[in-house]
Amino acid sequence: MSTVAETNDGSDMLHNAGKLKSEKRRESLTFFGLSLPAILAILVVVFLPIFWLSSLSFYDAAGELSSKNYARIFESKLYRRTFVVTFQISVAVTLICVLLGYPLCYWLTRMPNKTANILMVFVLVPFWTSVLVRTYAWLVLLQRKGIINSSLMHFGVIDEPLQLAHNLTGSIIGMVHIMLPFLILPLYATMRSIDTDLVRAAVGLGSSPRGAFWRVFFPMSLPGLFAGVVLVFILSLGFYVTPALLGGGRVQMLAQRIESTITVYSNWGAASALGVVLLLLALVMIWLMNRVFGLDKLFMR
Amino acid sequence: MSSAVQSLPIDIANLSKAYGAIKALDDVSLNIAAGEFLTLLGPSGSGKTTLLMALAGFARPDSGSIQFGTREVITTPPHKRGLGMVFQSYALFPFMTVAENVAYPLKVRKVSKSDQKTRAERALDTVQLGGYGDRRINQLSGGQRQRVALARAMVFEPKIILMDEPLSALDKKLREHMQIELKALHQKLDATVVYVTHDQREALTMSDRIAVVNHGRIEQIDTPERLYRQPHSFFVADFVGESVSLPVEVANDTAKLNGRVLKSDLPIAQGRGGHRLVIRPELLEVTTGAVPETANDLSGHVHDIIYQGDSVLVIVSHESAGQINVRVPANRAGQTGLPAKGERIGLALHPEDTIIVPEHVS
Repeated sequence: MSTVAETNDGSDMLHNAGKLKSEKRRESLTFFGLSLPAILAILVVVFLPIFWLSSLSFYDAAGELSSKNYARIFESKLYRRTFVVTFQISVAVTLICVLLGYPLCYWLTRMPNKTANILMVFVLVPFWTSVLVRTYAWLVLLQRKGIINSSLMHFGVIDEPLQLAHNLTGSIIGMVHIMLPFLILPLYATMRSIDTDLVRAAVGLGSSPRGAFWRVFFPMSLPGLFAGVVLVFILSLGFYVTPALLGGGRVQMLAQRIESTITVYSNWGAASALGVVLLLLALVMIWLMNRVFGLDKLFMR
Repeated sequence: MSSAVQSLPIDIANLSKAYGAIKALDDVSLNIAAGEFLTLLGPSGSGKTTLLMALAGFARPDSGSIQFGTREVITTPPHKRGLGMVFQSYALFPFMTVAENVAYPLKVRKVSKSDQKTRAERALDTVQLGGYGDRRINQLSGGQRQRVALARAMVFEPKIILMDEPLSALDKKLREHMQIELKALHQKLDATVVYVTHDQREALTMSDRIAVVNHGRIEQIDTPERLYRQPHSFFVADFVGESVSLPVEVANDTAKLNGRVLKSDLPIAQGRGGHRLVIRPELLEVTTGAVPETANDLSGHVHDIIYQGDSVLVIVSHESAGQINVRVPANRAGQTGLPAKGERIGLALHPEDTIIVPEHVS
């Protein structure tokens, strides 16, 4: 033991303990140092602007501290209506995405790997294309003299062109198209990871194929479905480009209201208050959905 | 636990299934007796799993017949075949508790809630997991998961239970323990068990009979002892147990090794290709004096001695035949008179142990 004590600096008696401890400290410092740029960037680019913009909502036009901006949101019929419409559209878009996306994902998971990968490209290519490009493409398809209306009229299905764009229908069609990959990607990943032996076991033990689907496959796909639903719903709440272009001004979602409050009325306080309410609403929705779906229980494997 | 259940025989006739040019099942016929523990043994890709999946109804054969008792099930969907199944990956439902997993087959059979509970508990008791019902699957060890899968497969008292390499994910010690336990469990249950494995030792330990599967065909079906002592082909001899083989010439039911006639009590099976002498290392006798006249003389020189704990492997070089392995017990009796490296060693192969097989079955 005496030699051990001699080789150390005398502060500890254990062999090399001091050296190993400082090594560990150095390592954790390195990791902190490596993540520091990202932490700083997020702080400066995300949190500071949000904090500054939100603080605007607590001042009135004269620069005095007041709650006028928030009071107006709850008093004004126009604002209330905007919230309701935004909410309704988001729910509708989410629902349609689930109805279209779930069967598609299920079908893809039953394909051989190679075929499924090729088919996924058809999901991913639109996903990588600019939202603006896709929205204008829908405008070309849906407008009064667009491809859909002219071909339907050509074949005599309709006499008058259908009102597909510049209204609620157009907004929803466009939004569903943009949002669908956000539902498919997490849902498909989850479905792929479900052990096919589980469904086989359920069938082998006496479940009908339909029973095995609902009792085993569906519950196991819920975490992916939930992730997709939250993504689509939250993104829909704050969506701007597509409803602005395809809604033709007739449909006013929250993001458009915020934009017009700034550009038309230059009322930064009111716009900021709307933004803060939207942010809180999104957070509350995530919390609520988590409660309803009981996600913690599902993720526990 | 289930004396009321009458197990069923399985009759498989002319079953064929091809994946493209590969014949996964090539005209397989097999009769499994009621209450039998039958193992399908073969290397990967031999068709054993395809055969099991055809029995379960997950693989659709191209032709043939499968009867459970007198019932033809070839077109019956899997969920109506009434089988218990144990999968290699256990396939336990991760979002259900242990008890919910075990009760699953009862739930889909619309058994009353209280019955589900008592029967699931009883099944868990049988696999020595009493009191584990409320645990979640991720809280169990590999061996415990395997027991839950077993309990789930037998809780509804199926007449036939299929097992697809159920022990392959366990470590060696636990696997050997579970083999004994499974065998005991089978004696308690009155069910016909079809068991798939690629582990010949596991097959020998557990089975009433073993069907050796190769290239989509059954090469031999026999009791473990007969399969080991009287293999019909080189494939079976080589796959089951440890062996060294030497080419021999066969003419008029007499085999010759390097021109010397081999004395054998065993019948020589016919087949394609040449014949081989199969030597099991533990069946060779080390003689201190001359090799007796009644036995075949395979004496040579000790090339190496390898200590393996429970036994000692002696590698012998034979003048003309090449290398022969001999296994002797590691106890004093086995070591007495064992020559040292380089010395001459007397080896006797008795006629009842002289196995001569064709290269290929015809």
